[in-house]
This record gives sequence, C-alpha cells and structure tokens, in this order.
Amino acid sequence: MNLDANAKYQDSHEWARQEGDLIVCGITDHAQDSLSDVVYVEFPEVGASLGKGEVFGVVESVKAASDLYMPMSGEIVEVNEALEDEPELVNSDPFGAGWMIKFTPSDPAQWDALLSGDEYQKAVEAEG
Amino acid sequence: MWQAPEPLLFEMSSPGRTACSLPELDVPETPLPEGMVRDEVNLPEISELELVRHYTRLSQKNFSIDTHFYPLGSCTMKYNPKVNETAAAMQGFARSHPLQPRWLAQGNLGLMYQLQEALKEIAGFAGVSLQPAAGAHGEFAGVLIMRAYHLDRGDTKRTKMLIPDSAHGTNPASVAMSGFEAVQLPSDERGNVDLAALKAACDDTVVGLMLTNPNTLGLFEEQIEEVTATIHNCGGLVYGDGANLNALMGVARPGDLGFDVMHFNLHKTFTTPHGGGGPGSGPVGVTEQLAPFLPGPIAARGDDDYKLVMPEKSIGRLKAFNGNFGVLIRALTYIAMLGDEGLRDVTFNAVLNANYLKARLENVYPVKYGRTCMHEFVAMGDIAEGVHTMDIAKRLIDYGFHPPTVYFPLIVHEALMIEPTETESKETLDAFVDALLKIAEEGKQNADLLHNAPHTTPVTRLDEVSAARKPVLCYRG
Repeated sequence: MNLDANAKYQDSHEWARQEGDLIVCGITDHAQDSLSDVVYVEFPEVGASLGKGEVFGVVESVKAASDLYMPMSGEIVEVNEALEDEPELVNSDPFGAGWMIKFTPSDPAQWDALLSGDEYQKAVEAEG
Repeated sequence: MWQAPEPLLFEMSSPGRTACSLPELDVPETPLPEGMVRDEVNLPEISELELVRHYTRLSQKNFSIDTHFYPLGSCTMKYNPKVNETAAAMQGFARSHPLQPRWLAQGNLGLMYQLQEALKEIAGFAGVSLQPAAGAHGEFAGVLIMRAYHLDRGDTKRTKMLIPDSAHGTNPASVAMSGFEAVQLPSDERGNVDLAALKAACDDTVVGLMLTNPNTLGLFEEQIEEVTATIHNCGGLVYGDGANLNALMGVARPGDLGFDVMHFNLHKTFTTPHGGGGPGSGPVGVTEQLAPFLPGPIAARGDDDYKLVMPEKSIGRLKAFNGNFGVLIRALTYIAMLGDEGLRDVTFNAVLNANYLKARLENVYPVKYGRTCMHEFVAMGDIAEGVHTMDIAKRLIDYGFHPPTVYFPLIVHEALMIEPTETESKETLDAFVDALLKIAEEGKQNADLLHNAPHTTPVTRLDEVSAARKPVLCYRG
C-alpha cells in the first residue's frame, strides 16, 4: 500500500499533512484505487468553517459517489481548482497534485488523534 | 456477430426529403415577425420509409425480458405476462377518464379497492394508498407518514433516521427530502444489521429505521423481530423498503414482522412494465395507527358503491388523480391470476432459482456471506489477475445475457448482484452459469478478451470515464 510518510490518516480514507500553519487534505492511494476513475470532485466554499468529521465535499467515480470528511476542524482557505478540469489527478497522484483542500485548523491538537500510516494500513486490512 | 451501429437521423438527412406533404395554402401567406425566422436549426430531412426503417431497426436492438435473460439484481426483471396487457386494454379501463363522476367510474374505483385489499392481505397491513408513482416516491410517502405521526403526537425532537450500510441509495435520499438526517448503521459478519450498533443508536431523537428485508445482499434479517422491537422500544417506527417483496410474498408478511410502513414496487413484484418501459407504481402500506396519515385519495366502500376518500390526517396528495392507474390494472390482474398459492409458488421459485445459481457459481465467483440466500445473492467478480466485475458484466453481453447489477451494494468489494427471478427455466439458468464459468476461464487465459468486451454489439466497450469527465450532451454534426 502506498502511503505518504509525512501524512496522517483517518479511517474514512482521507490523509492530512501539515504545510506551515495550514493542513492539506486529500484521499489516500487505497481510496482512489477502490473508487477507480475519479470523474468529479465537489468542493466546499472557501471561507467555510467545518468541524472534524463534517462532510467537506464529494468525490465521484464511475463506480460510486462518496462523501469526504474533515480530518480536523478548521476554515477552508483553498480548494484544488485543477481537479475541476483534471479529476484524474486524484488517481495519478493522490498525495501530491490530487490534493483537495487546504484549511486553517481551529484546534491543532486534533492532529495528534489522527492515525499514523501503520495504524491506517491496519484499519484498511481489518476492513477486508 | 458484430452489428453496424444505426446512423442518426441527422446523418441520414438529405435536403428536400420529407415524410409528409402539406396541402396547398388556402389562406393569404403571412411572414413570421422580423427576427423570429431561424435558419440554423438543422432539422433532419428524411422520407417516411427511411424514418419507419430507422425506428424499426432501433426497436429491434432493444434488449428486454421478452428477448433475453435479465438477471439484474435488485430490479426483479421477471416476465410480465401478456394477459396483463389484455386487461389494461379493456375499453372500460383504457377509455375512462379520471374526472368521470363517481357513478360512472365504479369499475375503476372497484379495481383500486380490490388492489388495496389484496396488498393489505399480502403484506399484513391495515391500510394502503395507491398514490405514489414509483418506488422512491413510495419511500418518500412513507417517511412523510412517519414524520406526520410523530408531529401529530407533539413529538418534535425526532430528526434521525437509521439506515443500514447495505441500503438502497434511495433510502437516505428520501430521508434528506423529508428534512431528516440519515445515520448509517454497520452490518455484522453474517450480513445482518449490527444489533449492538442499532441499540447504541436508539434514543428519543430517532424517527425510525429504514430496512430492506431481505436486504440488498439477498439475506433475510435473522433477528428481524428483535430489530423492530428495539426501534419500537425507543418510540421509533420501522420503514420497510418493499423492493425485495418477491422473496417473501405468500410466506412472511412485513406487517407481522413489526414493520409499520412499507412501499410496494408493483413494477417489480407484481409484473408491471419496468425499466425504460414504466411507468412504475409504489403504493404504500401502513399499520392501523398510521392509516389516518396515508396520502390520498384512496378507494373505499360506500353504502352500495365505491368512492374516493381522503384519510383523516392525510399527508395529502402525492400525484395527480389516482396514481399510475394503468399499472394498477396490470398488478391486480397478476394477483388475481395467481391467487394466494400461486403467489407463494412465485416466492419459492424465486428463492430456489437464486440458490441454484449460487450453488453452481460460488466456487468460482465467491459469495461474501455464505448463507442460504433469498431471491438474489451478491458474488464477487475479481476472479483472475487484472479482471474486474465490469469486465465479466460486459463479456456476458456477448453471450446474450443482460449483465447483473454491478458494484452494488457498496459494502461488497467488486459486487456482482444476481437475481434470476422465478420465471426462468432450468435450461436458461444453466446456460447463464455455463457462460459465467466460461468467462472465468477466458479471464485466466486472456484477460484482454474481457477488457475489450462486448465484441458483438453495435458499439463496443464504452469509455465511461471520458463520458463522465468530458460529457458531450449535444449532437455536433
């Protein structure tokens, strides 16, 4: 399983990475592989304040549409507009060019509660 | 053998051809107002014969239950007996009008009454409304009834609807349409609702539970009575998604199992046209305590005739006039032709056929929950390196079978959901299994044969990804 060593995870298959004061968030390589070809990503409004676990958007593939969940509470400062024209970046580079949102965390301590790469991998394996 | 694609009418167009000739103008010619004349419309110009041939050829490409086996899981694509059409074409029905006065519509009202009574008996309910136009509309009606019931008791804090993760996607959609919040429940390792999670989720904010039984895995909820009692104990109601009634009819009644409200899919269980050939019909049945809230009008007995009445606390009308009336005729015809023993045999054979297919296939196409199934089952299609369920489905078309439902329910990886229905012969079922087993062999020998399938259709593998990412929605001739 491909993981980003600098990222943390949650069991709904989002990754989060610290970038200065911001958190960058996308979906994992395992998630894009399960979804198959991503055809559309729906983003939140920039400026929206969302709580940890709240839905920030929807990722749609030829197989299914899935909600995307905030890994931490925060205010959205940027969304990856490149995905509007090239949603396939989520498939080709899920941890890089396929990032989805950047937000300012309102409770930075929530970072510690996210899963490490190893813990996420175990959670996926337990899912079968 | 590969067939050529049918050209579009635009591609067949030739200037000056026409399928009709208008009579000579016998009034003074008046030009259209300035700016209203458009010459860029590009309408096709075709002769009558070319037009007839075009549509006849298209009609012959139709894939339907009247031409092929159609094991589309969850959709109950059973044969629709032609006697249904004979009944629906009877002049008294076909030429009637919904605004006819009561005394002139007694046949229609009587038919509605009899169908309501039959559905009540089949499902064990106290009241039925035939208003909803299709399954999801029936669900919406059911959730509105649940809402009206709680509000009528002055209970305003119930906002959460519990829905298992195996549910049809229409369930949470109906909940959202009704202004409630959907809360997902996990399934346990036998494919049932996880009872512990259900108990933990139950409190005085719960509107109720939406449950399909058998569920979308084709499995009967083994603790159904405990599930319904748990919801009732917290003051909630249990909604039954009647999509899978074809597995229970004549054997178990949802009303007896603790369901408070359920929709029927007449277009699945009761052999009315379905798929592109609808319209559907989704009557809703309820227990005695919910009957005052039914959508209306519903048919009732007068002193010596039939009439339409609005239930006392009705959620109101959901459809113009009296539901999809032409569909109701077909459903009652089916019920009357079979009778109670016939309907029970339908259930037995639907379950038997599904288990026969499962037994012949499960060594090659694994089935996640190894229980006896009901009218359908969910296998997995990733049977060889690099082969996916979609490849299996597309290759089946080459063998003359409609593909099963794929990638649903979402909780089964590479799902291949197979529902044969009761109307297929053993020979057809065997031919289908043989094709699937052969495809599995092909997948091991030459996966590309499957990746590029279908090979025999006018258009071969469609590029669904480009179609979704860069849709072209208009003809660009």
